[in-house]
Amino acid sequence: MTKEEKYNLAKWAMNHALENGAQQASVTIANSVSSSVEVREQKIDKLEQAIQSGLSIRLFVDGRYSAHSTSRLKKEELAHFIEEAIAGTRFLSEDEFRTLPEPELYYKGGGANLELLDKDFDKVDPQEKIKLAFDAESEVFGKDERLISVSAGYYDNKNERVMVTSNGFEGDSSNSVFGVYTSVSVKGGDARPEAGWNESAIQYANLKKEGSGNIALEKALSKIGQEKIHSGTMPMIVENRQVGRIFGPLINALSGSEIQQKNSFLINKLGEKVASEKLTLTDDPFIIGGRGSRLFDGEGLATQKRTVFDKGVLKTYYIDTYYGKKLEMEPTSGSTTNLVFETGDKDLQGLIASVNKGILVTGFNGGNSNGSSGDFSYGIEGFLIEDGKITKPVAEMNITGNMKQLWSSIGEVGNDVNQNSSWRTPSILFENIDFSGL
Amino acid sequence: MNVDRRSFIKTSGMFAAGSVMLPSFLQSCHNEQISANVKSYLDHFEVSAEMLQKVIAAAMSKGGNYADLYFEHKITNSISLEDGKVNRAYSNVDFGVGIRVLKGDQTGFAYSENISLEDMLNAAKLAANIADQPKEFAPIGVNEKAPANFYPIQQKWTDVTIGDKVPFVQKINDKVFSLDEKVSKVNAFLGDETSYVLFYNSEGRLTYDYRPMMRLGAVCVMEKDGQIENSYVARSFRSGFEVMTDELLDEIATEAIEKTNLLFEAGKPKAGEMPVVLGAGGSGILLHEAIGHTFEADFNRKGTSIFSDKFGKKVAENFINIIDDGTLPYDRGAINIDDEGNDVQKTYLVKDGVLNSYIHDRISAQYYGVEPTGNGRRESFRNMPLPRMRSTYMENGPHTVDDILAQVDYGVYVDNFSNGEVKIGAGDFTFFVKSGYIIEKGKLTRPIKDINIVGNGPQALADISMTANDYKNDSGTWTCGKDGQSVPVTLGLPTVLVKKMTVGGTNA
Repeated sequence: MTKEEKYNLAKWAMNHALENGAQQASVTIANSVSSSVEVREQKIDKLEQAIQSGLSIRLFVDGRYSAHSTSRLKKEELAHFIEEAIAGTRFLSEDEFRTLPEPELYYKGGGANLELLDKDFDKVDPQEKIKLAFDAESEVFGKDERLISVSAGYYDNKNERVMVTSNGFEGDSSNSVFGVYTSVSVKGGDARPEAGWNESAIQYANLKKEGSGNIALEKALSKIGQEKIHSGTMPMIVENRQVGRIFGPLINALSGSEIQQKNSFLINKLGEKVASEKLTLTDDPFIIGGRGSRLFDGEGLATQKRTVFDKGVLKTYYIDTYYGKKLEMEPTSGSTTNLVFETGDKDLQGLIASVNKGILVTGFNGGNSNGSSGDFSYGIEGFLIEDGKITKPVAEMNITGNMKQLWSSIGEVGNDVNQNSSWRTPSILFENIDFSGL
Repeated sequence: MNVDRRSFIKTSGMFAAGSVMLPSFLQSCHNEQISANVKSYLDHFEVSAEMLQKVIAAAMSKGGNYADLYFEHKITNSISLEDGKVNRAYSNVDFGVGIRVLKGDQTGFAYSENISLEDMLNAAKLAANIADQPKEFAPIGVNEKAPANFYPIQQKWTDVTIGDKVPFVQKINDKVFSLDEKVSKVNAFLGDETSYVLFYNSEGRLTYDYRPMMRLGAVCVMEKDGQIENSYVARSFRSGFEVMTDELLDEIATEAIEKTNLLFEAGKPKAGEMPVVLGAGGSGILLHEAIGHTFEADFNRKGTSIFSDKFGKKVAENFINIIDDGTLPYDRGAINIDDEGNDVQKTYLVKDGVLNSYIHDRISAQYYGVEPTGNGRRESFRNMPLPRMRSTYMENGPHTVDDILAQVDYGVYVDNFSNGEVKIGAGDFTFFVKSGYIIEKGKLTRPIKDINIVGNGPQALADISMTANDYKNDSGTWTCGKDGQSVPVTLGLPTVLVKKMTVGGTNA
């Protein structure tokens, strides 16, 4: 579907809802194109191609609310689908807080080109895609006698969507991503340690096409001999790509729905110091080529650059229109864009060198965090650090603590920001973490 | 099951979100061998046996040695309650066909959301590209296979309105609030799903399934002296609307109150290795993570599982039998056919302590030269099938719960979990304990909460030293993820003693 066709169908669906009993409606139509290839033992293991389309509609009917989606886009079926959805909505209880956003908060156009789409997405030669996967595998295939299995792959996808609302919003966005990855298993004793590495980019030309195999192999080999060590309280460094696992619960605690439903350990903390002075974090939607960049959010609200934590002081919650009304707070947007940390001076090696005895966490294994209390416990793997050097791989251990305490005990924030994600996390050193092992 | 075509096109004012309106048409095939059942599915997807044969021929045109078509129409509905009112509803309709071509163990896959012959042929040609030696594909016949029926239903979810469902969700809320004055918030929900599946492959097998699913549950939030605690309790079955009873919602409400109350007194154990007693029911998460995933034959075929060279070997005590079962009546993990059209089994993974079978899909069964176990599953027509679990559980053993507790000087008893994970190659697995107890000198003493337990699969399996006789299946909303695909599963366990695992906690 072209953009114009999507707009036309979205407006038609919205009008059909308005003509059949809805007082307000918003409609999104999205489609995506994707392909992927995975190579194993120098043969193609999997080859996939997909084209996907869908319509979703939010309905506001007589003070009641519902949301629906379908992949069936023929008008006669959509008409029936919408009519039934409206009829069903009438069985619900009224909800005075449900409305579309205030029109003055909508994005109204004129934003910068955030460069989230490769205009030549469709021009990448399918044979070249397959070759990239073969090349990644070849970096390591047969290179080490301990290798058991190598899989390498290439993937891409392009998403395009338009959104319209009955109180005046119209907007469209599109983005692309290309990626190459390798995963490796090696034999070491009874265990078969595995590791993978992924490179991705918005523009095909910017994709780092080589190296994922070598990194994956090196990481897998370094895990041979993993064992648990004695329980103890020690400093912990979390590698940049892994920080999201322990950072997620902190961000989740800022969400309007969690706060209103009392599933947050940061209720009524706006303006208070809730974390270490070393935590300064900005939500920046306008980074050119940023993975989380956007001009408007899922409701059509214009995005803004916001400080989330300023030297540990909480400056904003993530509030959408509905929970804003329930909490009597101004909506900010219900979701994160690019999260940017104020970084320190050291890279990962520098952080490791600063630790006398501690653990570098390079992966998590299960675990969870209690939303209302912030109590957490996670399985980890990584390396023992002694006298500023990595000495041996560790695994089958847990860390246990509380999120408020954890984020108040930052020792140092690294400068090795992971650019492959909308959460631009650096490696971070934490003090006094409870490890359980032997 | 005879599926009445008219039910698919029901257009009453009732809310069957997503009943797809299909234009009347069609005299698809006059093949005498096709039953009314199969014909109703062909009609549902507006295809004929001749069309399926043409698409398979296109899929096989580049020299693949196997191809299959998986048609799916899935209607999902949910309603939920927040702040005392059932004030939101969601629905989704998904419809399409997945086309897979195999050449040995290589897979080509494409799908189409449109089921016209032209769209299907285009997708088939893309999937066919896994092979590169074009050859003529001899026409195949139609070999109809009637599926099992592990979940016959009385009342279809697509025949029920939101108005019929609302009172149950409202009653959960009211019941939870009535049971304890510390309750400050309740979130309650009812979700239902109806899938129509039609399957045809290059061997001529033509089969189908009608898959209902429901989930009903609540999150209960309580406050006491500024402390806030919550619990999630839910039930899920492959059942029709007849499963909705006051008993079921009372059970959920009561359990939510009990579980939340326990948390106010709960603390953390000391960190380290210790004996772990797993209570009957949800503790089956141990099997799912510790051995279930590592028994999935795709990992073993590739040599990446820690169990890759353990087939036929003793992996546990003699009294241990572990099963993966797709045949439990109305079970969330049950399937009448797997997503590769195969019959579904009760499969012994461990029999009398010996590794007896991996968990197979078509590719791995062929690789190992065994019959498929009916474990080839996929999230939807958009995904290719993989070896996946169904209901994974352990049979009763020779001990009693009292015998087991008496063995423990200091350890933990756990029976309430939220999630787990495993590293296939290292064998390290974890599960997160929402609540349990410390065991001191054979007695349950202080409650504990929010701790992760980590073990190593082969070691933990070998360390199960006692198994009680109180097996229980857990009918919660367990959903298993692998390679980005989610499928519904269940699990179960009698009470067992694992000699040691590493328990999260404090070092103070």
